Formats: sequence, C-alpha cells, structure tokens
Amino acid sequence: MPDFVAEWVWVFAAACLVNNFTLTYFLGLCPFFGVTGRLDTALRLGLANIFVLLITSVAAWFLNTFVLAYAPYLRLISFIVVIASTVQFVEMAIRKLSPALFRALGLFLPLITTNCAILGLALFQTNRGYDLLTGLVYALGAGVGLTLALVIMAGLREENELAAVPKVVRGTAMSFFVAGLLSMAFMGFAGLFSSTG
Amino acid sequence: MSASSVDEKLASAEFIKGLWRENPVFIAVLGLCPALAVTNSLQNALVMGAASTFVLCGSSLLVSLMRKVIPKPVRISVYIIIIATFVTIVDFVLGALMPAAQKQLGAFIALIVVNCLILGRQEAFASKNGPWLALADAAGMSLGFTLAMAMIGGIREILGNGALLGIPLFGPNFEPWVIMVLPPGGFLTLGALLAFFAYLKTFRKGAR
Repeated sequence: MPDFVAEWVWVFAAACLVNNFTLTYFLGLCPFFGVTGRLDTALRLGLANIFVLLITSVAAWFLNTFVLAYAPYLRLISFIVVIASTVQFVEMAIRKLSPALFRALGLFLPLITTNCAILGLALFQTNRGYDLLTGLVYALGAGVGLTLALVIMAGLREENELAAVPKVVRGTAMSFFVAGLLSMAFMGFAGLFSSTG
Repeated sequence: MSASSVDEKLASAEFIKGLWRENPVFIAVLGLCPALAVTNSLQNALVMGAASTFVLCGSSLLVSLMRKVIPKPVRISVYIIIIATFVTIVDFVLGALMPAAQKQLGAFIALIVVNCLILGRQEAFASKNGPWLALADAAGMSLGFTLAMAMIGGIREILGNGALLGIPLFGPNFEPWVIMVLPPGGFLTLGALLAFFAYLKTFRKGAR
C-alpha cells in the first residue's frame, strides 16, 4: 500500500472511530440529543451532515491557502460566513435540482449551519495542516462517525422508550447515561492504533 | 415609583432567572459542547466561563443597541458576525495573557461562536429589549452557565484527579477515578446531576 493511502486510512479511521466528533469531542451534541428520537431521521441528518462537511472542508482549505495566510485574525469570521453561505447555497441548489431530496432533508439543512461539528472540522483541519485530499478524507471520516453515533443513539433511544427506568432519570438524564456508555465503548477503538504506532 | 427604579427591578429579575430557574445548562440543556468538552478541570471550566461571559455580554449589548438597524431577513448572519468578532478578541487576548490555558482549551475557544446559548439569547432577548435589560439578561445567563460548568468541572476533577484547582485533596492513597476526566465522564456527570435535580424536585413536591 502506498504511503499516502495508508495515511488516508489512518486519518479516516481516527476521525470516524477513535476521535469520534460527537462522543469524544462533544461536537454536534444539539442534534445528537435533539433529533435522535427516530432512526430514519437520524440517518438523514447524518447524510446531510456528511454532505456539508465535505463542502466545508474544500472551502476552508481554499480560504486557508489563498486568503488567510495574509490575515489570520479574520479566520473565525470568514469561516463562519463561508459555512453559512455555503449551506444556504446548497439548500437552494438542492431545492432546484432534487425536490425529493430537499423534502427529505427538510429543516435540517439550515440547522446544520450552527452545528459546532462543521466549524470544528474547519478549525481542526487547519490546525493539523492537512492538504486538500487529506482534508476531504478527514471530513468524510468525521461525517461517517457522526452518522454512526447518531444512528446508534437513535436505536438505543427507541429501545429506551419502552424500558422500565426510575422516574427521575427518565428523559434527558437517561440519554446522557446512554451517551456516556457509548463514549466508553468508542474509547475501546483507541487500542486499534497503539500497536502500529 | 419612578421609571428608572421599575427598570432596575426588571433588570434584576432578568439577571436572577439565568442563575437557576432558566439555567442554560441544567434546565434548557443548551451550550453542551463547551460545557462537557472543557470541564475536565475546574480551572478550564472557569476560563471557559469567563470567555463566554465576555462574548455573551458584549454581543448582547451590541445587538441590543443595533436592534433597530439590523434588517430582519439577515439578522442571524449579523448576530453570528458580531459574536465571531468578540470571540476573535477573546482568543487573541487569552493567547497573549494566558498562553498555557489557551493551548489547553484549543479550538474550543473558537467554537464559542457556534454555542447555541449565545445565539439563542440574541434571538430571544437582546434583539427585543433595551441595552440595560439585555446586559442584565446576558450577565445572568453567563453567570448561570459558568456556575454549571464550574460544578461539572469541580466534580470531574475531584473524582478523576483527586484534586481541586491542581491541589491534591485526598493524599497519596487515593486511587483516581480516571474515567471521569475522560470524555465519558462528562456525559455521566451531567446525567447524574440532572437526575439529582429531578430527584430534588420530586422530594419538594412530596413535602408540599
């Protein structure tokens, strides 16, 4: 396997499993607790997120390489403006090109703008100095990890509705305990890479 | 009663509600990302609280002063740009004054921009009220936020490190509960606190 492919696999797995955005960085918690009531909505939101993450990754790379080298103090402001306008643009494009997909994603697209995972991705990618392609792999890994966490959480919560738990932990508190256990389970993936260094 | 004293009463009510009755973390469950991500020690929680306080108060004041000039359709983008400006200020000030703390908090200082608590206050309160009230509301909310984070951070540091603000509490025989300073500990601590408050509520209802 050539070196760069090995690096991509590593970056992907690290973003998706070991450093899962939701469960170890606590990014994107609002949809995680807000809309994970049902399995199919969770999956759709995850897919919308992957889409926006990929576009953001490219946009952030271009900004970083061509603009922000000259004005680092504008980093945060320009990132957030670019993310907000890309989401808006993507929303309009989808509405024109595929009304069916637009209805399926619905309200989630505009909500994604204020999802911390998106800005987090742009910032982490910059801090680590990834190039364009590695950045894209990183975005894909992060998105798949996010979707994975959302779907697992939604499945667990559907089961939880029927479980007989004490009244005081019913609802939000129970979701936090479930998320804590899930986060512990994902910590196990850290062992994947310890032997290979 | 003069108009100004009515104003002051209103302002103090807005200030107090953020501390407990409408506490952003425990009641509204907002701003979770920083509340869990940086609360592995009390010091981090306090620095994060101070940074958020500055950003929330500054942007609430500015949004409230500009509320009649901001066009409605683009108001959210304007709020975000105002917030991002204040966050950039905080990021650079922290980098100059406390480089170690800034390094530890890393990207999470920058992520204050997308804290739903801050944007939520602009949309729900500052854009509809005068600067004095908006400032009181922002101060109360951010103090409540800091309080909640300090609580979570304190519990996690005591259990996970056996220390508070870096000062060891239990002597050398204490076996630290390491999981508490790792990510799962954040979820478990907040879950336990929420369950505890729900328990207190049922207790109070029963006594009545």
